[in-house]
Amino acid sequence: MPHRTFFWFFFPSGLAMLLFIGLPIISSFFQSLHIEPEQILMEVEKCDPFGCKTETKVDIEATTKLQEEQPLGRFNGLGTYGDRNHLAFDEIKEAWTNSSSIAEFTDILLNLPFYKALLFTLTFCFAVTPPVVVLGFIVALSVNTITKSLKGPTIFGVILPMIVTPLIGSLVLFWMIDAKGILGSFIQFLFDDPNLSLKSSSQLTWITLIIYGIWHNTPFAFVVFYAALQTVPQDPIEAAIIDGASRYERVRHIVIPHLYPVATFIILICLMDNFRVLEPIIGFAAEGVAQSLSWMIYNDLRSENKMLFGSAGATSMLTIIGVAILLTPVLIRTWREFRTER
Amino acid sequence: MESKINRYSKQLILINSFFILAWLIISVFPFIWTFWGSFKVKADFFSRADWMFAVTGVNTLIETGDTSTVKAYVESWTEGEFWKATMNTIIITVSVVTISLFLGTLGAYALSRSTYKYTFWILIAALIFRAMPHITLVSGYLFPFFQLNVWGILPTTIIVLVAINQPFTLWLLYSFFKTVPKELDESALIDGCSYFQAFRFVIMPVMWPGVVTAGLFSMMLAYNDFTVTSLLLNQQNYTMVPKINAYLGTIEHSGNYMWAVSSVVSATAPLFMIIMFFQRQLISGLTAGAVKG
Repeated sequence: MPHRTFFWFFFPSGLAMLLFIGLPIISSFFQSLHIEPEQILMEVEKCDPFGCKTETKVDIEATTKLQEEQPLGRFNGLGTYGDRNHLAFDEIKEAWTNSSSIAEFTDILLNLPFYKALLFTLTFCFAVTPPVVVLGFIVALSVNTITKSLKGPTIFGVILPMIVTPLIGSLVLFWMIDAKGILGSFIQFLFDDPNLSLKSSSQLTWITLIIYGIWHNTPFAFVVFYAALQTVPQDPIEAAIIDGASRYERVRHIVIPHLYPVATFIILICLMDNFRVLEPIIGFAAEGVAQSLSWMIYNDLRSENKMLFGSAGATSMLTIIGVAILLTPVLIRTWREFRTER
Repeated sequence: MESKINRYSKQLILINSFFILAWLIISVFPFIWTFWGSFKVKADFFSRADWMFAVTGVNTLIETGDTSTVKAYVESWTEGEFWKATMNTIIITVSVVTISLFLGTLGAYALSRSTYKYTFWILIAALIFRAMPHITLVSGYLFPFFQLNVWGILPTTIIVLVAINQPFTLWLLYSFFKTVPKELDESALIDGCSYFQAFRFVIMPVMWPGVVTAGLFSMMLAYNDFTVTSLLLNQQNYTMVPKINAYLGTIEHSGNYMWAVSSVVSATAPLFMIIMFFQRQLISGLTAGAVKG
């Protein structure tokens, strides 16, 4: 296809991506270099019959004027990245010199907002992914063996948790595990503790969120594994049967090696998608004990009158760096595939 | 082709059926429970005394005179203005699907037929764009949108969702067009068609299976989106998902809480119906490309 034709075919789609994905990233970066303008203070002398006092007041007129002149705020360089809510260099330095043990240092470190959110995001990613892969594989094997006429409805049932948006999915589970809901009262009954609530401690909330993550992501692993199972070659399996291999041995030595590339694909997609975890935190009302990087950005942008563009931009940039690190293996894989295709 | 020696033993079938049944309960039961509970009052859905109340509806009987009630539905759709959210969702979903398929088919067709190296870099860029968390993009939108005074309205959100959706649509349709034989449109080109004519008269009639799959994913993205819609729309223009979240903001009002429950059912039901019809396309799409929506 000549360059000209290609250009016109691709132009609308490319323009949309460039304007609304490429530019926002640059705009985010630009915002992260600025900080909200400080309020301009002025000293007013107030005199009443008992004498004169000087008061400091916010000069509203000057502040508004400044905001109009510099809507983005004043230039702050990389200052936002190093402040307490982000990489917190000063706080870390201080903690490093003041704390007596590594445990104390880690404790201080993990109480800083950014590191706390990073810890949760990574824990969530790496706790959800392995069970998802294992369960997805088992469910796929299992569905593969059932009668053909039942397959359609079964697959539909299994993929439901994936179809609904995470906010709705987490709300549905949240209402059930509420202390007054069905699962919540069942758990109380099970442990014989009428005051037990999954919302009460941070560990329990994290576990609930992780279980939700597994529930939501397993269908995806299932679908991909199920499709891959259809492509497993039959000849080696028959040969193995003749050689007397048991069912377990056949799965272990023929099916699983065949599915390795698919499994790495699932792992990477799962890690990437769970890295942006946001909706479950809102759905489970877990903001108090579990914050993710995405939630930090959401929180900065949520309030309508005072949005912290600089702070949100800086967190966005740091999140993008995290995604880039996770994405590298995928990119290498795609590059290799593309080269062999040619 | 299942050989006779590969028959499953009875125990295996039993264990297997049991496992599948258990897994189905885990995946489906929460939705059935919510559906059932949405016809009860709050005192039953979250019953302090006995969870069986949610099944039998004791308090619902006391409060409304019947064991099930559609009060929450009626109120959320009228007083809670859920009809407006539904309208907005329909407008956004239909526009996003149409526009992103239009742009996506053209772009992906060109990518699949061009033999130059830049197609590879475009696809890689699309993959990177696909991996960007939506919230980081939203943080880049807000400030310029405020400055341009286009924040809060539906068209802005539609364009943004189309753009966010493009990388995935491109990848999906690219791998689909790769399976359409090149000879088909090449023969049309030899016969004197322009590229656009070849696309219009030769490719378009055979591209529908791929388009349906891509459309399904665009629909799910637009319908399910929370991050973009909740931050880029103003309260009056909210779609269903942010609207449900807004109902939850006023937890203390017990009526409102049931609005959220009933709205969850109202929002999920159409989605499930559509997926039931297009299940095959959805699964083929999930397994086709190297990316997921």
